Amino acid sequence: MADFEIKDLRASVEGRQILKGVSLAINKGEVHAVMGPNGSGKSTLSHTLMGHPGYTVDGGTVTFKGKNVLELEPDERARLGMFLALQYPVVVPGISMANFLRTALNSHRGYDGKDKSKMVTPKEFRSLLKGELETLHMDDSFLSRYINDGFSGGEKKRAEILQMAVLKPEIAILDETDSGLDIDSIKFVADEVNRMRGPELGVLIITHYTRVLQFIKPDFVHVLVDGKFVLSGGPEVADRLENTGYSEWGKEEPAQPQEVA
Amino acid sequence: MATAPKIDVGGDYKEKYGFFVPEDYVFKAKRGLNPEIVKEISWMKGEPEWMTKMRLRSLEIFRKKPMPTWGADLSVIDFENIFYYLKASDKQSKSWEELPPDIKATYDRLGVPEAERKFLAGVSAQYESEVVYHSLQEKLSQQGVIFTDTDSALRDHPELFKEYFGTVIPPADNKFSALNTAVWSGGSFIYVPKGVKVDIPLQAYFRINAENMGQFERTLIICDEGSFVHYIEGCTAPIYTTDSLHSAVVEIIVKKNARCRYTTIQNWSTNVFNLVTKRAMAYADATMEWVDGNLGSQITMKYPSVYLMEPGAKGDVLSVAFAGKGQHQDAGGKMIHVAPNTTSTITSKSISKAGGRTSYRGHIKIYPGANNCKSFVKCDALLLDDESRSDTYPYNDVDAENVTLGHEATVSKVSDEQLFYLMSRGIPRAEAETMIVNGFIEPFTKELPLEYAVELNRLIQLEMEGSVG
Repeated sequence: MADFEIKDLRASVEGRQILKGVSLAINKGEVHAVMGPNGSGKSTLSHTLMGHPGYTVDGGTVTFKGKNVLELEPDERARLGMFLALQYPVVVPGISMANFLRTALNSHRGYDGKDKSKMVTPKEFRSLLKGELETLHMDDSFLSRYINDGFSGGEKKRAEILQMAVLKPEIAILDETDSGLDIDSIKFVADEVNRMRGPELGVLIITHYTRVLQFIKPDFVHVLVDGKFVLSGGPEVADRLENTGYSEWGKEEPAQPQEVA
Repeated sequence: MATAPKIDVGGDYKEKYGFFVPEDYVFKAKRGLNPEIVKEISWMKGEPEWMTKMRLRSLEIFRKKPMPTWGADLSVIDFENIFYYLKASDKQSKSWEELPPDIKATYDRLGVPEAERKFLAGVSAQYESEVVYHSLQEKLSQQGVIFTDTDSALRDHPELFKEYFGTVIPPADNKFSALNTAVWSGGSFIYVPKGVKVDIPLQAYFRINAENMGQFERTLIICDEGSFVHYIEGCTAPIYTTDSLHSAVVEIIVKKNARCRYTTIQNWSTNVFNLVTKRAMAYADATMEWVDGNLGSQITMKYPSVYLMEPGAKGDVLSVAFAGKGQHQDAGGKMIHVAPNTTSTITSKSISKAGGRTSYRGHIKIYPGANNCKSFVKCDALLLDDESRSDTYPYNDVDAENVTLGHEATVSKVSDEQLFYLMSRGIPRAEAETMIVNGFIEPFTKELPLEYAVELNRLIQLEMEGSVG
């Protein structure tokens, strides 16, 4: 059995079935890419895996560390070792990024305000962040800003990856982390993901476009169309999409971003 | 062997050694309100005749004025069933054991020190922080600053007192200001001389006794030209009282180029009706800032106001209200632009939970000739569930030209998206909700001295957990 196993997952949004039986096995150390055209169910997959309340599970299981994570609250999933980098990170006014990261880290360590030995110390926190901030080309001032408040598109995505670096998940889902990013930002993000890549981390990259896969090389690529995988294989699948887009499944959408002049 | 001289423990012992308790004069607290009680209060305090007369006149006004019906429901207040004056010793009669368990539990959770919690609960009449207070007093008196309780001020600074008392809020202003003027007791008096900037916040907390947190406290602050003071009243820990009515009056005069900030954190126990009149007069280029947090009480009606009397005057109100089960926080602010080129802002944040109700009630008045004024009102309400309620009642009267008037109001719920986002990082639901609420009031919290900000955040956390009654 794989480290993280999705079996026959079916899910709906507002009564409309979107995922129609998705199965996928991810082992730590592997990078999987799920590619698909608009409306294929990519976001439903990522949100259902993390337990967003707006998505209803109609069937299937997701097994991780011996637990069916579909029965867990989002925070329990996170503490079990899952992470989702959102396509549209949410603005939360009045809470600094530093406070957010520290609270999240303390939660992961089981600090509930009582046992101070579990609490991350200010010194440890700073040294944890330092290297990550550099790799992502972010300066310290970012930590005192409110969560995603007034962040540019690139800053938001980099902030997501920073959170991932701090929380050190075992299964990371990157939901269209590349969308809306300039090429420099994609590179910074890819550098950080590649730095974290290793035998302790399984990655699921969800993307419409092949571009990000030039920087984060996947081991497996799956094509999602109308809520089902229609093709799975190695990196060559991405190359095939690079040329023909999603046309072979009747979706006239390219798999490369349209260059904006 | 020498014999020690006998000490005469005769008839004059008590007077001589200061243990004399003048039993004949102990004021026997009576319920109800009439001219005799008012006269007795004034006589007990040894007040000058003008004050006795003013009290009696105010009582007349109080009786004639109808009960305001435009706000929260006050019909349940029984004025005849209230003690209008209690000496500190009478207030101490409660014992720790009689306290409601939820109040005790909150002290525990907040980690309020023993001596302090007894004071807050009304079990002790004095909070032991004399040392801090005395060193502060020394420094202040060198600068010519007067910081004392209002009763002492009337005795020790009669002329200054008479010049300003009742000038900002006359007894006839409203029913409750009349009541307060008739029966007031305690409160703070501050005078800051010309050009003096008091560099640490003055906190009633340090020198507090039961009188200062009494039912009908009266505060008077005078900031002379070019001076600055920051006054802080109240505290975040709940204050327990068996008195059901708290009706304070706060008058502030901010002269030319001076600045005054008045910070309140009100957390009365939830049996209290908190009906407070707060008003400041700001003169040329002066700034008045009200920072006002309302957490406790059953009903609060409070609208700190600034009269912008001369050009360049500036008024600010920043308020937060939290209404839990059975609570109604009716709060807001008033800005009265009397002179041209004056500016004002009101920022109101409210949180309603478990059926609690918050109302923003505000009044912007711009008089004829007060041209080129600017005023901006922003009120944000956060509802934590479907049973809770929030309303906005803004009133604007503009009779001048070239006026900029802005009003922005939002009502929101803790959004699923925000909650999901924080939870997806491993933060448990309750903690995530608390973070969002604390984030919502952060514009308020960041204006508080650090220790108050920390306490307020902890208190919100307790309120969110539902462990505070």
